[in-house]
Amino acid sequence: MTDRTAIFDSVAAQIAPFNKKDVALTEATTFAGDLEWDSLTVMDFVAAIEDEFDIIITMNMQAEIETVGQLVDAVAKLKG
Amino acid sequence: MTDAPAQTRDLFSKFDPLINEREALLATGVRDPYAIVMDQVLSPTRAIIKGKETILLGTYNYMGMTFDPDVVAAGKKALDEFGAGTTGSRVLNGTYQGHKEVEDALKEFYGTSGAMVFSTGYQANLGIISTLAGKGDYVVLDADSHASIYDGCGLGNAEIVRFRHNSVEDLDKRLGRLPADALKLVVLEGVYSMLGDVAPLPEMVAAIRKHPNCMILCDEAHGMGFFGPNGRGAYEEQGVEGEIDFVVGTFSKSVGTVGGFCVSNHPKFEILRLVCRPYVFTASLPPSVVATAATSIRKLMHAGEKRAHLWKNSKRLHGGLTDLGFKLGSETPQSAIIAVILTDQMQAVAMWQTLLELGLYVNMARPPATPAGTFLLRCSLCAEHSDEQVEQIIGMFETAGKATGAIA
Repeated sequence: MTDRTAIFDSVAAQIAPFNKKDVALTEATTFAGDLEWDSLTVMDFVAAIEDEFDIIITMNMQAEIETVGQLVDAVAKLKG
Repeated sequence: MTDAPAQTRDLFSKFDPLINEREALLATGVRDPYAIVMDQVLSPTRAIIKGKETILLGTYNYMGMTFDPDVVAAGKKALDEFGAGTTGSRVLNGTYQGHKEVEDALKEFYGTSGAMVFSTGYQANLGIISTLAGKGDYVVLDADSHASIYDGCGLGNAEIVRFRHNSVEDLDKRLGRLPADALKLVVLEGVYSMLGDVAPLPEMVAAIRKHPNCMILCDEAHGMGFFGPNGRGAYEEQGVEGEIDFVVGTFSKSVGTVGGFCVSNHPKFEILRLVCRPYVFTASLPPSVVATAATSIRKLMHAGEKRAHLWKNSKRLHGGLTDLGFKLGSETPQSAIIAVILTDQMQAVAMWQTLLELGLYVNMARPPATPAGTFLLRCSLCAEHSDEQVEQIIGMFETAGKATGAIA
């Protein structure tokens, strides 16, 4: 299992409790469109991801992240 | 101007969901909570709305200074002597004697070496946050921060990091993950305006001081006037005065007029007057406004009896509403704001309208202004509410709560 796959799986596990409609997750799944998350859900989820990986995803970075794949890339980069 | 056709897609199309939601709500026959007109204002606590005398419980007039005779007289005198407006920026032709006087009053009130007056409280946060934290710096803010704090972050070029509301642990953790050598501005509020809850400032300050290169800004918009021995705010009451680098506040609440400010002891504070865009590129406050503000601030230094009555009112209303079975935003009366939490928009509007028909005005607040997607009726008390008015208010809540099913 590559690092990226491991990160994807961890991210997916963090998404699960917020995935009320059981949307199937792929790299291309969008948070706003597919998962239909509002800003409050996004905030709780980001905090959970930050704590899981011990990183900070600034609001500036969050604005650029629309898909699960982009988040996995961002986490991989921040974990460095 | 062109007459735009209503149906085609244009720049307004993104507002269609909100337009439709409002139309559906108003179609049920309720009054629009965001279109109230005060036809006459009789006092800090009473107004005429659509011909009905109404108790005001939805203003920020905490200390009831709007009709103070000395304050009004100072405004009239300045209007006569200095005219209606300055037509200028603070750094060009817009600084009059009155602007210096109100900054002197602030320095005395806060015991600081520096004070800078902005045209609104919103602009004070916008200007201070966006100017202090530049590219490569960090702003660390509470998730429930006021829109002016978020917008200050948006205007600037710093990296923005949020922590969970009033969570000392979450703040500590996030600061620990930032580069040690980066410069950080931590933005806190003494009193959070939607639920009326107060920040645990000593614990937060202790957590912040574990980390290097942090300055602390505390917004005391809803704390000035009645927290602490000198009425400086929640940070004074909680004994962390020596730890706060910048206090931001407003004249539009306890002071009773309009305007914003920042006070600080930083030796280089004055340079902000030349580099802070929301200070430089807008007109200064009219002479009458700064004169009323200066007079009011000086009177607030000696307003012990008013403070005591405001706290009495807050405790009585909180206790009365709790006894009736309402769910409130804070378990104890922590400030002059008491938020009544309702289940949804329909119940909130029904309660709001019933109260208005009984002769009581409160604020209806909804997401995104409110935390956690709540619908609430926000009550803000005034030192000038009499004991009788507070009892009347509790009686009206009982009637409206039962009529709408909000309480059993």
